[in-house]
Amino acid sequence: MNHPLYEIVEEPIEVEKIIKKVERREAGAITTFIGTVREWTSGKRTMYLKYQAYQPMAVKMLQMIGEEMEEKWPNLKAAITHRIGELDISDIAVVICVSSPHRKEAYEANEYAIERMKQIVPIWKKEHWEDGETWIGDQLEKVAYPEGSPDMEDVKK
Amino acid sequence: MIRILLFAGLQEKLGKSSLVYECDTITIKVLKEQLKTAYELFEMDHVMTAVNEEYAMEDDIVKSGDTVAFIPPVSGG
Repeated sequence: MNHPLYEIVEEPIEVEKIIKKVERREAGAITTFIGTVREWTSGKRTMYLKYQAYQPMAVKMLQMIGEEMEEKWPNLKAAITHRIGELDISDIAVVICVSSPHRKEAYEANEYAIERMKQIVPIWKKEHWEDGETWIGDQLEKVAYPEGSPDMEDVKK
Repeated sequence: MIRILLFAGLQEKLGKSSLVYECDTITIKVLKEQLKTAYELFEMDHVMTAVNEEYAMEDDIVKSGDTVAFIPPVSGG
C-alpha cells in the first residue's frame, strides 16, 4: 500500500507504520520524534487537549517542510503524521521519522522539522484544564510572516 | 464573493468557521481591517493570512472566488 508521507489523521498514530515509510536500503539511521500530550505546563494541569487543523493547507505545509529538508540534507527521506481531535495525556500528537545514510543528518533534519512545524503548519491546540480552557498560540517568538512564505508571484498565480 | 475561513480562537469568538464577504477585489490589509471593525476581532492584528491555502502578504489582493483563511499563531506538535 502506498501511504502518503505527510498526513493529518484523527485516529491514534501507530509509530511503527511511520517508521516503515522511511525505511530504505541506503539508510544507516532512522530518527523518530514522538510528540506526546504533557500533563503539567507551567504549573497548570491539563486534563486533555483538542487539536484543530486547516487540513488541506496543513498537509501542504508538511510537504513543504519535507522539500526544505531534502534541499538542506540531500539523500534523506522523511514522513510526518500529526493527529487532530481530542487527545488524552500521553497520547501521541505527532510523529516525525527521518532516514539518512548517516545519523547526524537524521537527527538534525528531525529537529528542523518540528521547529518548522511550530512556525508554519496551521494546527492549533486547545488546552482543557480543571478550571478552564484556552487556545494556545505563539509558542515561538514569531515574526508576522514566517520564512518560506510564498512570494507575491506565487500567491497571485 | 470571497470565502473566509476561521480557526481556533477566531472561530470560537464568531461562533462559526466560515463567512462570505461580498466584493470583487480587496487587499488583505483592508479585509482584515473591515472584519476587525465589524466583529471586534482585535486578534486580526496578530494573524497570518492564507489565500487559497498559501501564505500571503498584507498587500496582496484577493478577488472574488478566492478562499481566505486567517491563521492565528499556530501551536501544533
